Amino acid sequence: MFRNQYDSDVTVWSPQGRLHQVEYAMEAVNLGSATVGLKSNSHAVIIALKRASSELSAYQKKIINIDDHIGITISGLTADARILSRYMRTECLNYKYSHDTYMPMNRLITTLGNKMQVCTQRYDRRPYGVGLLVAGFDDKGSHIYQTCPSANFYDCKAMSIGSRSQSARTYLEKHLDQLLNSSLEELIKHGLRALRDTLPPEIDLSTKNVSIGFVGKERQFKILEEEEIAPYLGLIEGEERRGQGADKAPGPLREDQGEAPRDPQAATATEAADRMDTD
Amino acid sequence: MSLVVKPNFPDYQTAPVQRGFNPYADNGGSVVAIAGDDFVIIGADTRLSAGFSIYTREQNKLFPLSSTTVLGCSGCWCDTLTLTRILKSRMQMYQQEHNKTMSTTACAQMLSTMLYYKRFFPYYISNVLVGLDNDGKGVVYSYDPIGHCEKRTHRAGGSAGALLQPLLDNQIGKKNMLNVKEEPVSQQRALSIIKDVFISAAERDIYTGDSILINIITKDGIKEETFQLRKD
Amino acid sequence: MFSAPPFWQNGPAPGSFYDFPNMQPQVQPNDFRQHTQSPVTTSTSLVAVTYDKGIIIAGDLLASYGSLARYRNCPRIVKVNNNIILGSSGDYADFQYVQNFIEQKVISDECLDDGITLKPKSLYCWLTRILYNRRSKMDPLWNNFIVAGIQDGEPFLGTVDKQGTAYSDKIICTGYGAHIATPMLRDALDNKPQLTQAEARAQVERCMEVLYYRDARSFPKYQLGIIDADQGVSIEGPLQVAQNWSVAHSIKGY
Repeated sequence: MFRNQYDSDVTVWSPQGRLHQVEYAMEAVNLGSATVGLKSNSHAVIIALKRASSELSAYQKKIINIDDHIGITISGLTADARILSRYMRTECLNYKYSHDTYMPMNRLITTLGNKMQVCTQRYDRRPYGVGLLVAGFDDKGSHIYQTCPSANFYDCKAMSIGSRSQSARTYLEKHLDQLLNSSLEELIKHGLRALRDTLPPEIDLSTKNVSIGFVGKERQFKILEEEEIAPYLGLIEGEERRGQGADKAPGPLREDQGEAPRDPQAATATEAADRMDTD
Repeated sequence: MSLVVKPNFPDYQTAPVQRGFNPYADNGGSVVAIAGDDFVIIGADTRLSAGFSIYTREQNKLFPLSSTTVLGCSGCWCDTLTLTRILKSRMQMYQQEHNKTMSTTACAQMLSTMLYYKRFFPYYISNVLVGLDNDGKGVVYSYDPIGHCEKRTHRAGGSAGALLQPLLDNQIGKKNMLNVKEEPVSQQRALSIIKDVFISAAERDIYTGDSILINIITKDGIKEETFQLRKD
Repeated sequence: MFSAPPFWQNGPAPGSFYDFPNMQPQVQPNDFRQHTQSPVTTSTSLVAVTYDKGIIIAGDLLASYGSLARYRNCPRIVKVNNNIILGSSGDYADFQYVQNFIEQKVISDECLDDGITLKPKSLYCWLTRILYNRRSKMDPLWNNFIVAGIQDGEPFLGTVDKQGTAYSDKIICTGYGAHIATPMLRDALDNKPQLTQAEARAQVERCMEVLYYRDARSFPKYQLGIIDADQGVSIEGPLQVAQNWSVAHSIKGY
C-alpha cells in the first residue's frame, strides 16, 4: 500500500527532506479539471472547465464568489474547497464590517495560507486537497494568486492548474507579454484558448462545460454561465487548435518554475480519482 | 412648613454625585413611507441631533439593502450604525449561500428576528422597511425596537411619528372621512404628501429638519431625490 | 383583654438576626464588577474644520481633575500615519489606552510590509466598532474622538463618541466647542463654503480664543494639527491663545 517508508504521516520527513503526504495532496490538484487565471492591468479573469461526474448529473460548479472584489476557481477536492471558500468569505465580511473597505488580496491569501499550513504540520490533520486560483482587484491593482495544498501561495501573472494544465501554462507563457495591456475581451479570449489547449482533440469548449469569472476596477466580480459565455466562445471559434508541447516559453510564470528544478513528482495511484470527488 | 424655598445650585452641592452611563442616545429623525400598487416611497430627514445640539445637517438615514428594498432608521444612531452594518453582511451571506438576492419579505422577517434577538438590550431604533414584494407591489413594514413587525401601506416613524401618523391615516388611509372613494394612491400624490408632512413636522418637531432624502422604488430601480426643509 | 407582654422588645424575633436601622444588607452578585461610570482626568473641547485641501484640528493641552487644572502638558492631537490625525476629548487615560492600540495596529501594518496603510475611513469605522462594543458591555471608553484624514485625495473628518455614535461632517467640535465653536464655524462656512488653509486657521484660532474666554476648563496653551492633501501631516504647538482682557473690567452683571 505504501509507496515508500516515509509517507505514513504528514509529519514524517523523508531522508531527502520531503513530506510525501503533502506531495500526494499536491497530486489531488492535478486530478481536478483544468482552470486558468490571467490578468491585465485593469482586470483579472478566471476560466474553468467544468466536469459532470456522470451523464445524469449536472456540471460541477468551479468558480466561487468570495466578495465583490474577489472570486476563486478550484481544482481538486470540491468539499475542501467549500471549507476554504467559506473561510475566505467570512474573513472578507469581517474585514469589511470593521474597516469599511474591501480586504486587501494579499492579506486574505496570507491568512488563508496560515490556516492551510497548520494542516501540513500536525499528525491529526491532513492537508487540504485543493488548489485555488484567486482573482481579485484591490488598491494594488489586479491579482491572480495560486494556492497549493502545501500551503504555499504565489502571486502570478497568469497560471493554470488542474489536469493537463501544462498545455495551458505553455500557452500563457507564450503570450505573457500581450496580457498586461489586454482588454477584458482579449483576456477572456486568451484564457479560453489556454483552456482549450488542455482538452483532448475529441472534446471542445461549450457553453455547458466552461464558466468564466472576472473582476476589474470598479467592476464587481461576476460569474458568466451558459448563454452569457456563448459570445466569447464565438470569438475563438474556428481558430486552429494548437498541438501540445509547443516551443519553449520566453519566461516563467512563477519564480519557482524557472531554472530551479522542481522536486520529482511522487508517483501516485490514479485509481484514487475514482474514489474522490474531484473537480 | 417653611415658606423659604431652598435654592438648588448643583455646582455647590457637597454630596458626591454618581453619574451613570446611559448606553442609549436619542438622535431624533423621522421616517415616512407610503406604498402604492407598483411603487413605494420612503423619506427621511437628514438632521442628526442630540438634545439641543445638531450634530450634522446631512446625515443619510436610508439604507438600500437590495435593488428593491430600503430600510429607514431613526432613534439611537449608534444602534442604527451597528444594525445596518450587520444587515449588510447578512444580505451578502444570503446572496452567497442561496445564489439570489433576498426578497423584501425575507428581509422584513430577518429584521424582526434580528431585533428580537436583542430583546433584553434592544436596538433603540424605529425601523421602517420598504420595498417591492415578489409581485412587484409596494409594501411597508414597520417595527418597534424589539422586533414587532407590521405590514401596512403607510407609516410615519421616529421623533415626529406620532405627529404625522394620524395625518397619513387620514390622507392615505382615508380614515374618518365621509363619502370617500377607496382608490390607490398615485406616485405623484404620495410624493407630494411626503414633502408636505415633512414641512409640517419641521415646524413642530425640533429633531426633524434641514432636508429630506427620498427614495422612490419602482421596478426600474431606486430613484433618489432631496428636498430642503427649514434649518433652525 | 389581657395578653402577656412579648419576651423581647425592639429586638429580633427568636431565631432571626438583629435588624440594625439603615443597614440593609447590600445584595451583590458575586461577579460584581464596577465599570467606568464617569471620567476622571478629562480634557475639554476639540475644534476641527475642513478647508479646500485638508483639515485643521485644535485642542488645548490641559487635563483636568474635576475643576482642578491638574496636568498642563497633555497632547491629545496625534499623528496616526501619513494620512490620519486623531484627536480626543474626554478621559485622558482612555485616550492613551486607545492611542496605544492604534499605534500597535499601525506597527502591525508596517511589519506586513505590503504597502497597505490604514485609511481614515477604516480607522473611523474601526473606532466606532470598538467604542460601540465597549458601550454594549456597559464599560465605555469615555471619549469623543475626531478622525481627520485624507482619503483618495479628499479630506475626511469624522467623530465617534463614547456610545459609538458616529458621523462625518465638514465641521466637528466636541465638548463646550459643540455649543460655542460649531455655530461660529458654521457661520464662517455659510459665508464662504470653501475656506483656504489660512482662512480655516484664522477661524480655528478665533474659536480657541473664544473658548478660552468662556470655557472654565480650558487652557491658553494648545496644539494645532493640520493635514493637507499636498503638505501631509503637521502638528504645531504648543501655541498660545491671543488673550485680551482689557474690556474685562467693564463687564458687569454676572
